[in-house]
Amino acid sequence: MTNKKILVALAGQPNCGKSTVFNALTGASQHVANYPGVTVEKMSGSYRYNGRTVEVVDLPGTYSLTSYSPEERVSRDFILHEKPSLVVNVTDASNLKRSLYLTFQLLEMEIPLVLNLNMTDMAEQVGVVIDTEGIAEHLGVAVVPTSMKNGQGKKALFNAVAAAAEGGRKAAVRIDYGVMEPFLRDIEKRLADETTMPAFYPARWVAIKLMEGDGETRNLVRADSPRAEHLLRFTERLRGDFESRFNEAPELFIAHRRYREADDIERRYITPGRQAVGTLSDRIDRVVCHRLLGPIILVGVIWILYYLSIVQGYHITNYTWPLLAKIRSLAEAVTPQPGFIEIPMLRALVLWFVDSVNALLNYIPILFILFGLIAILEDSGYMPRMAFIMDRFFSRYGLHGQSTLPMVLGGIYVGGCAVPGVMACKGIPDERSRLATILIIPMLNCLAKVPLYVLLINIYFAAHKAWAMFFISTISLLIALPVSRILTLTILKDKETAPFVMEMPPYHLPTMRGVLGRATERVWLFIRKITTIVAAVAVVLFVLLQFPGINDERQVYYDAKKDKAIADFLSQIEGTPFADDLQGENLMAMILYWKEYKNARMLTKGPEAMSTLNATYKARNPVFFRIVQPGKDKVAKQANRAFKNLYRKRQDLLREIRKERIDNSFLGRLGRWPEPVTRFAGFNWRVNVALLSAFAAKESSVATLGALYEPEEEGEALEARMARGEAGFTSLHALTLMLFMVLYPPCLATSIAVKLQTGSVKWMLFSMAYPMALGLVVAVAVFSGGSALGLTGLQAMIAFYGLALALTVATGLLKEKERYS
Amino acid sequence: MTLDELKPGGWCQIKRISVRDRLGQRLMDMGLCPGLHLRVVRNAPLEDPMEVEIEGRFISLRHTEARFVEVEGHDQ
Ligand SMILES: Nc1nc2c(ncn2[C@@H]2O[C@H](COP(=O)(O)OP(=O)(O)OP(=O)(O)O)[C@@H](O)[C@H]2O)c(=O)[nH]1
Ligand SMILES: [Mg+2]
Repeated sequence: MTNKKILVALAGQPNCGKSTVFNALTGASQHVANYPGVTVEKMSGSYRYNGRTVEVVDLPGTYSLTSYSPEERVSRDFILHEKPSLVVNVTDASNLKRSLYLTFQLLEMEIPLVLNLNMTDMAEQVGVVIDTEGIAEHLGVAVVPTSMKNGQGKKALFNAVAAAAEGGRKAAVRIDYGVMEPFLRDIEKRLADETTMPAFYPARWVAIKLMEGDGETRNLVRADSPRAEHLLRFTERLRGDFESRFNEAPELFIAHRRYREADDIERRYITPGRQAVGTLSDRIDRVVCHRLLGPIILVGVIWILYYLSIVQGYHITNYTWPLLAKIRSLAEAVTPQPGFIEIPMLRALVLWFVDSVNALLNYIPILFILFGLIAILEDSGYMPRMAFIMDRFFSRYGLHGQSTLPMVLGGIYVGGCAVPGVMACKGIPDERSRLATILIIPMLNCLAKVPLYVLLINIYFAAHKAWAMFFISTISLLIALPVSRILTLTILKDKETAPFVMEMPPYHLPTMRGVLGRATERVWLFIRKITTIVAAVAVVLFVLLQFPGINDERQVYYDAKKDKAIADFLSQIEGTPFADDLQGENLMAMILYWKEYKNARMLTKGPEAMSTLNATYKARNPVFFRIVQPGKDKVAKQANRAFKNLYRKRQDLLREIRKERIDNSFLGRLGRWPEPVTRFAGFNWRVNVALLSAFAAKESSVATLGALYEPEEEGEALEARMARGEAGFTSLHALTLMLFMVLYPPCLATSIAVKLQTGSVKWMLFSMAYPMALGLVVAVAVFSGGSALGLTGLQAMIAFYGLALALTVATGLLKEKERYS
Repeated sequence: MTLDELKPGGWCQIKRISVRDRLGQRLMDMGLCPGLHLRVVRNAPLEDPMEVEIEGRFISLRHTEARFVEVEGHDQ
């Protein structure tokens, strides 16, 4: 017995239970989904058996092994290039005949194979009887029946794997391709004479693939031999000959022969069961895919998805937010304490960092529920039905039936999140539609855009709030659809498309373990991949906002103001018993004490809790407490008034400094730089800065505006501050700003998701650049056009809506170019 | 006639797949093999795509794709 590691690949058609077998073998919890092709990446795990380590790789489910789809390429390349010790071919025993189509292709790759007949429980249920020994003998491979969902047959599979790894390859059957055999022999001979291919790949398999006209195999030949083109011209000629002689395309002929062989095996070794399979699913589909009920149920499902994740998930954040707030207070406590107007750089950086990460972590409850619900949709088998119902509509815009879920997640109405939306695009088989979907999702209404909409609508469309909200909720779709159509007709024109043809798998009841497992796994992925990068960029943004900072001259000015404020305060309390207690260091301590007390009071409810709170603070510092809560004490009241005054002056100073720092900062300069252009859209540099900061996370736009428009009195709402700060602002300004936000480039986290899903930085950059350009064009057109025509914001809004609607209808009616000829 | 002309409930036998490459291969891979019998189960709410049952498997495809499946209609 050697100690070499055994590498086992699990291959099989979608939904035959590969992932279930994988989990049973390795004990890992891996995707178990009732959705064809959900495992697009391969997963690996390992176990030990009889003292040897066996590494198992779960390949994506495929019906065949052509090079037309990514799943099939992944599976095939793995077997071809990684050269596993053996393949376990997982099949659905209740419908073995159709699984054999893939089995023959695996056998042609001349790799040791164990045929696993899974789901024997299902087969038994419908009365299918299989002569396993007969099949084993006929095919020349080990056959192992299992029912892995119940863990039956695991031991036998372990043994068969070990034995096959020992035994190496035995002669297995080969399909007789009849009239094509002479053609295959010719190619094999040329391969042996003119290339080194037979040393690396099974020659007969290469010959068959070349007869099929397989693109990847042609590339393999090209990579191998300088005389490849010569050889490939020869195989093309053979293909032409074959077709004219036998009146059937060679690739169709080959597929046909494989089915005939499967038929033959079925006739000899399988007693068919009752034709009962699928009828329950069919009965369900009579309702779920019904002309009227189907769409209603679809809307209902989407509504539940929103309701549970966005609405209820938001409620949960009320409970989780205090946890995150604790982390912040902890950071506040351990970093250097602030001075009267000096905020230590380290403290500012740490707090900024914690705030940025917290903003994202706050979404975790929502994402967890969302991912759990998606897992249920996937496992149940509803997703392909969703695609079935929506395909007609979406395909008019160059999208795909399977774009439905990503778009729902992205926020078709108000309140989605582009990150899970973009991540859900993975399953769309059509490359062109997939890219189009990824590119338009950021335009939908993500949750974080809403605060800015609400802010602007409350100020500038107060009389028509409901209509304005309806406008903004639906306009994004009316922009996204035509944009998608235009993108697919232009930039994405030459991207690969795939046939829609897909299986509607039978419905399954999702399992608790599968759903929770996947939700956790995806949330974890989110934390790992997204949050780390967001954290890194938060630091960069911090630098852009902090530097170069306040210059010396201004610093002197602020210091003078500070000294004056303190001197005023001290003179006001001179002669009181407090004067001694508030000198030097103590003054700062008092300020922090005051702030902490106020914050603590805000979080305390009920008279009892309040009195305990008061007792604690009194015990901590009785003198300070008297100032904070003077009661009827005259002298304390005087001190209290003076202190409040000082405290407010400090707040004002801090805000003034912050504002000046942002004004001066690199980001501030960046905001001024495009002003000559954005002027035509009605954006001044302040708005520009807010928009720039939205790139980190959309909700930052409102936070930055909050910093830029300082309140005149404590607690003044941002609405009022902004209305006052931008006296020249009209509803038309607000409209353009909202439209620009609709078209705003994806936020940082989404950009990372785009890069992950497209696998290319180029597409990520494009996804950031084109909405920016489009947004500017739209904003300038609406603002300048609206101003020229003397329209109010509301009039411009109605006009724009009409235009967008017309464009959506028009692009939807554009005639589709014939895909197949 | 071709598969896209069939109405829900209609039965037929596949005669020939008249498209090659990607689509032809995909139709074959999904089990639409000449000689087999199939039933049109339903059309989607917006008429397209259509769903067919073949050998106990349910397949949905667009009408533009079904045009390349040559069939001969029959009852049952
Ligand atoms: N009745 C029964 N169901 C099973 C058995 N094994 C798996 N299943 C179910 O079949 C469905 C599909 O299982 P998966 O393991 O996700 O199938 P897969 O081959 O990995 O699917 P893809 O990755 O999508 O190709 C799940 O709902 C499983 O619970 C079995 O032995 N008996
Ligand atoms: Mg799987």
